[in-house]
Amino acid sequence: MNHWYMLTVVGEDRRAIVAHLTHALYEGGCNLGEASMMRLGGNFSIMMMVQTTLSKHQLDQLIEPVVDSLGLHAHIDSIKGQLHQHQIPDVRVHVNGADRAGIVSQVVGALAEAGLDITDLESDVAGTEQQPIYLMIIEGHASEGIEPLRSALEIVAQNGIDARIDEIETMVG
Amino acid sequence: MEILKYPDPRLKQVSEPVDCFDDALRQFVRELEQTMRAGPGGVGIAAPQVACFKQIVIVDVSSKPKIPSHGCMILINPELTRWEGLALGREGCMSVPDYTGNVIRAESITVQALNEHGEQQAFDCEGYEARAVQHEIDHLQGMLFLDRLVSRRNDLFKRKVYKK
Ligand SMILES: [Zn+2]
Repeated sequence: MNHWYMLTVVGEDRRAIVAHLTHALYEGGCNLGEASMMRLGGNFSIMMMVQTTLSKHQLDQLIEPVVDSLGLHAHIDSIKGQLHQHQIPDVRVHVNGADRAGIVSQVVGALAEAGLDITDLESDVAGTEQQPIYLMIIEGHASEGIEPLRSALEIVAQNGIDARIDEIETMVG
Repeated sequence: MEILKYPDPRLKQVSEPVDCFDDALRQFVRELEQTMRAGPGGVGIAAPQVACFKQIVIVDVSSKPKIPSHGCMILINPELTRWEGLALGREGCMSVPDYTGNVIRAESITVQALNEHGEQQAFDCEGYEARAVQHEIDHLQGMLFLDRLVSRRNDLFKRKVYKK
């Protein structure tokens, strides 16, 4: 029987991590679902849905040679597949400001209270080491409409953070 | 009419200009419009999506509140004669079920086209309506929004560069 697993792999970035890992999975007869892979600082992170008849232990053994040889850490969770159920976000929030402790939790906390269900969050640190700036783009569903989110952001923005919310009107044609 | 679904190779086919403006064309346009309205949330359609490889596009964004609209536009042999500005927006396609993604389009355009009677028309379109027109004209060139997807990380990165 086929099972879905969430495979999480992290480690110091080096060449061809994705190529080596996906090759091992392909050779082992695994099917891949949705995935997010990216460089975060000097590290590489992978979250990947994997479908296979293998047990969790067997899957672990399958990727072990690659994981060990590239100095990575892997973690496997059994999950429900739930493909083909994409939620379409209806708002996008842009946040940026001088990097300081608490900026994410402050913004995200205020938005959650105002009804935002996050579908996607990406953040980055730019600027220089002396003057870092924090950038964040959040997409999600405004379960109580956009107005409460706007009010929540206005309060946050008074604390020296630039924040903007846009409605996403998806064009289907 | 049935909508072709990616990865049907016919969606990559380039469409030919229309040269005969007869009743058969007008009947086809009516059926194409019905197909567009039957699709979930569809605000535009291009003839190649129903396997007719002619340069015929329909866009009607008037169902969306708060959005500038020219009503139902029948655009035959359309041509963009002006485009300005860039905007990131989310698109989906009746030919690509269960997927939406971000695409950069011109913010403001002028489209010249013939209507179903062969009369020359021009429309100045902005924002969402301009996006729909560009998405549909892409279909006539065998292009899908999938060919133009950008990641949000990409957008983030650009903002970073502009900041300096
Ligand atoms: Zn389309």
